[in-house]
Amino acid sequence: MKPRALILTGAGINADRELAEAFALAGADPRSVHLFDLGENPRLIFDHQILALPGGFSYGDHLGSGRLLAGFLRHRLGEALGEVVARGLPVLGICNGFQVLVKAGLLPMSRGRIEQEASLVHNDSGRFEDRWVEIGVEARAARRSPWLTGLATLRCPVRHGEGKLVGSSPAAMDALEKAGHIAFRYLEAGQPATNYPANPNGSWHSAAGFLDASGLILGLMPHPEAALYNLQRPDWTRHGGGEGTTDCLRLFSNIVKALG
Amino acid sequence: MKPCASPPAPAEARALRRLEAAGLEAFRDAAGEKLRRTLREDLKVACGPIRAVRALTLAGRFSAAEAWRIGREIFADPIVERLFLDGQADDGDAASLKVAPSLAGPIHGDFAPLRDVPSQERPIYGDFAPLMGVPSLERPVDGDFAPLRDAPSQEWPIYGDFAFAVCVSFRPGVTDNVARSAAEGIEFLLGRKLGSDEEIHSATVWAFLAPGPTPRELERVCNEVLYNPLIEKVEALSRAQWEAGQRFAPPVPAPALGVGAVEPVPLSQLSDAELEALSRARVLALSLEEMRAVQSHFRDPVRRAARRAAGLPEEPTDAEIEAIAQTWSEHCKHKIFAGIFEVEDEGRRETVDSLFKTFIAAPTRQIMRQRGDIASVFSDNAGVFHFSEELDVCIKVETHNSPSALEPYGGAMTGIVGVNRDVLGTGQGFRPILNTDVFCFGPPDHGDALPPRLLHPRRILRGVHRGIKDGGNQSGIPTVNGSISFDPRYIGKPLVFCGTAGLAPRRVCGRASHEKSIAPGDAAVMVGGRVGADGIHGATMSSEGLSEVSPTSAVQIGDPITQKRMIDFILEARDLGLYRFITDNGAGGLSSSIGEMARECGGARIDLAAVPLKAAGLAPWHILVSESQERMSLAVPPDKLGVFLDLARRRGVLAAAIGAFTASGCFEVFHGERPVARLELEFLHEGAPRLRIRARWSPPQGAEARDGDLPALDAALARAMLARWNICSKEDWVREYDHEVQGMSVIKPFCGERADGPSDAAVLRPDPGTYRALAIAHGLRARFSDIDAGRMAANAVDEALASLVCAGADPDTAVGLDNFCWPDPLPGANNPDAEHKAAQLVRACRALADICLAYKLPCISGKDSMKNDYVFPRSPGERVGEGAAASLARSNAGVQNAARISVPPTLLFTAVGVVPDARRALTSDFKRPGDLIFLLGETKDELGGSELYAHLGLIGIHAPAVEPRSALTRYRALHRLAREGVLASAHDLSEGGLLVALAESCFGGRLGARLELHPQGSRALHPVRFFFSESASRILVSLSPEHEERLRREFAGQEILCLGRVQQAYRLEGGDLPTLELDSLYESWRTPLGKLL
Repeated sequence: MKPRALILTGAGINADRELAEAFALAGADPRSVHLFDLGENPRLIFDHQILALPGGFSYGDHLGSGRLLAGFLRHRLGEALGEVVARGLPVLGICNGFQVLVKAGLLPMSRGRIEQEASLVHNDSGRFEDRWVEIGVEARAARRSPWLTGLATLRCPVRHGEGKLVGSSPAAMDALEKAGHIAFRYLEAGQPATNYPANPNGSWHSAAGFLDASGLILGLMPHPEAALYNLQRPDWTRHGGGEGTTDCLRLFSNIVKALG
Repeated sequence: MKPCASPPAPAEARALRRLEAAGLEAFRDAAGEKLRRTLREDLKVACGPIRAVRALTLAGRFSAAEAWRIGREIFADPIVERLFLDGQADDGDAASLKVAPSLAGPIHGDFAPLRDVPSQERPIYGDFAPLMGVPSLERPVDGDFAPLRDAPSQEWPIYGDFAFAVCVSFRPGVTDNVARSAAEGIEFLLGRKLGSDEEIHSATVWAFLAPGPTPRELERVCNEVLYNPLIEKVEALSRAQWEAGQRFAPPVPAPALGVGAVEPVPLSQLSDAELEALSRARVLALSLEEMRAVQSHFRDPVRRAARRAAGLPEEPTDAEIEAIAQTWSEHCKHKIFAGIFEVEDEGRRETVDSLFKTFIAAPTRQIMRQRGDIASVFSDNAGVFHFSEELDVCIKVETHNSPSALEPYGGAMTGIVGVNRDVLGTGQGFRPILNTDVFCFGPPDHGDALPPRLLHPRRILRGVHRGIKDGGNQSGIPTVNGSISFDPRYIGKPLVFCGTAGLAPRRVCGRASHEKSIAPGDAAVMVGGRVGADGIHGATMSSEGLSEVSPTSAVQIGDPITQKRMIDFILEARDLGLYRFITDNGAGGLSSSIGEMARECGGARIDLAAVPLKAAGLAPWHILVSESQERMSLAVPPDKLGVFLDLARRRGVLAAAIGAFTASGCFEVFHGERPVARLELEFLHEGAPRLRIRARWSPPQGAEARDGDLPALDAALARAMLARWNICSKEDWVREYDHEVQGMSVIKPFCGERADGPSDAAVLRPDPGTYRALAIAHGLRARFSDIDAGRMAANAVDEALASLVCAGADPDTAVGLDNFCWPDPLPGANNPDAEHKAAQLVRACRALADICLAYKLPCISGKDSMKNDYVFPRSPGERVGEGAAASLARSNAGVQNAARISVPPTLLFTAVGVVPDARRALTSDFKRPGDLIFLLGETKDELGGSELYAHLGLIGIHAPAVEPRSALTRYRALHRLAREGVLASAHDLSEGGLLVALAESCFGGRLGARLELHPQGSRALHPVRFFFSESASRILVSLSPEHEERLRREFAGQEILCLGRVQQAYRLEGGDLPTLELDSLYESWRTPLGKLL
């Protein structure tokens, strides 16, 4: 049976359809579940084998990106949130979904507690931008996360205004890096990118995403679900043509395989 | 804002509490830095660092503990911000949702097994405990953020070592989205609904750290950048005032408006002068003739008796007058396009009975008969065509010029979310899949002098751009195509075109998705936001010119998140078959939406007391005509109403049954038991007298430059042309739009090796199961109107189609949208050339009809905006900006000392077409060294109205003529080659002609070009004319030499020219060109507009 993926929708989430498409293409059975239905019945999560938080502007990001949806999940899902971790349910957050995971305290969770340890703040440029980036999957992360098996580099768009990943202090960020919580880094010529625009937002350590200790909870600012087909790449008319799918799809098929 | 109207919560006494979140100094303050850059760029004000502090005022029954909890859990960021409550800093301890340690798992081990782990200790999330404390900072990372400063003085902890603190907040009653979201968060956090006497207000404090600007500079900073007095208020405190104990004033609750009564408006005894005075005083925008029609309608003794019997006054009520004014407004009724034109043009006299019927509807119907793919035109909010066997596409483009002139951010935002609703309200409801935006502004480098009430073009550019960005991005609708055009005359009225296309299955719940109906007895349901005083008189205001005294109640902000929820809900309800009819609430509010819907079944009766309100004390007529945003009107069958309302509640969407549809022949409005309006539908919709308009063409007087007066073709000219506002790259602005959310993007706004070459059109693939794709492009060539508005219109259509074909679309699948923005063609004070403007309109419409017929291109939707003028308040010419004055002086109408600034007659033509196989879509960038470069189409001596002439301060007389028959042959041939995969690139020639197109194709490919021109055909022209002429229907292509024969065979007998070859060396050279270093040209082209961000 295909693993069921819960795709969270509602309240300003807006990249849910393409995320559902990614899971469907990867062989999962995506089910869109409205945030408020989940608030009414948090146990709905456990009818699914994957929890996915899409991008968008939940609650308009009016109190900071992802802040209110994170508050909603912490407050309304409460125990179920802890149970997601306890049961080892694979969780993916993309863009706003990643901001929510960080602000709800599900990532990086380096202390084994659901509490916020890092943040995503305004890009150094002060601007929302849509541009393609190259991100490298950290080798350690690829070894220990079922999402990342066999992946090295991915190309996909960033589309955010608040994507600068920072720790509570430089030392804290160093510690997160040492502990293997950085899953992706923005790359320039194969190296971690320090300069704009390859590092599009000024993220510390060029970090583009986090992984929790179990390897099951993964989040990133760029949008792999918007880069499933070669036709979606900005330069397909120059390089490679418009046939076929990309490595970004493997992120989704990896987890389906691991569950199967 | 007031989130809902539930009873007050009893526990706590009502109090004001102010939460503030200040960024920790160790983290970069990107918002403050951006403001600092803007001040330096726009005002030449250099000041010290600026810090942004977010503030939230809680006015209600919140305990201090609750306020702290709100601050910590949903307001402040515990990592990068410090929280303050009423000036007191948070020193709480860390709190967390604990997970049993054994479940956290080893970090370096294998990943956890994917199986259910029985939860051991349930994590506890009980009573409130404070979140993490302030993190310690040891050293900066990566060196790019602000160095650590000394600990801020204990006395000024929130705003740091500030010289001035400026608090910007919304005026009472203005949409405050931050506060609305915060209120919702507070409700789920505290587990109670906010009381009717509880309000949340947001604000931003800008702390100007020492040394701040001078007080005089600060005043300019506030007035010209930080706030707009129409919607915001500003308060500045100096350090000295702060030390003396002054604080920012608390927000005041929204005031009650009106008296809640229905007032009769006695008309029957009024003289003509009094009728006109009444129209002006109430902002009805009705002419004397129209006022007389209303007067005579209400003089009828039979009708007066019937009204008495119905409990209404004999004279019309205020609500009736307002509803008639909205329905008859130029904005809603398009009276000018429907008018009778007496035309005199170059000796020919004729009468045109409705421009719309003659030049738009008739040709489109004729074309539709030849094509089977057009589903619905002219009858709905947007035109619909069949995209594939499974999917229909609808598209609509609107303008939002007047609101954007007054409040650029809110005007543009409500423009884009408004046209999204048009699409949602088409047929059974279409899902918006793309936005387009086209702006026409005054030049950003215009001097400071401006007529009263006008905003500087730079401010309009920034505000409109931000509104489109927030409106589109937050709605999750990609902004895929657009442009920005500049001309000094747009200082008087900026043009803001917002477009949206929608997608729906061809059949929904067994019905064709483009069809809908209403049955008497269906419930009238309003869905979405609450109704307030915002947006009263939008439709009538936009039906008049802008002046110093334009009403400001029409200004609104927009709330994309509330609308996004509504869209999600509507589409869910659509697929469940829960309603029968849907339309948007746009201009004219309920009076227009329900009034229009009533025609479907022959009547409607609504109760305004059932309409959810967000402001107290609104008079019934306010409720009827308010244009408060984010609302749709639906007809719901009675047996589905319960399910419909329940689904709305579960989705957090406001929905209210406000009445029923009837067969009474009348639009009846009540407020509770009290009758408010009873208007016969026939009079409401058909009673407006038709306009008679005189149109007389004044031929242009310009002349061509002689060859000897043309500048030398050198690098300086090339750079100057590429740096012109209308030509230079818009990339930095466009990248702020999300152009690929929803994942359909195939050709993006930029293409090429570094994704910075401009694309001619956007291509999207709506269904990943097939390669069939949708292309969208546009054309706008307003400056040709200075010579001939007919050529202006023809070039707009041609450019849109050429762009579409360059991206791989089949020209025989194209459909179009015409959006006219005209200066007022009706005679009036200070409008001496009205008859010429009317004649320009006739010419443009006639040209539109001719070219659309030739291209077999139906206009499936369109809109007109006919009052794009700024009227000076006092003596003519006074305080005119120099750019505008210069432009007026050279306007061909010869109005040297005009008392108004009129926009150049402007047609935006948007074209949509099908790319049969997305894998064959094309981009403009050169691909490989050695490829041959061909120019398709003839280059003529047509510099009239060109960008080169504008650069030289000329207009000229030879505006490009479109020859649609040869052009269509060319486009079809090009498309055949594209489908065969023969072409490497295609780029349409536009502003700046061949040289600009060549440079852009080189930029995209990071490749050069060597020209090898042979003396033939177009080659006889003077080189400057050849490279900068803007002759229509020309396309630059490149292809591998092996395909040359194929191309020559396909274009046998047509005008084509082999220009040369693509080369690795990053230079443009050969032929008549000097050697042009592309790095240098790129710099000129890429940077001018980006600097303004």
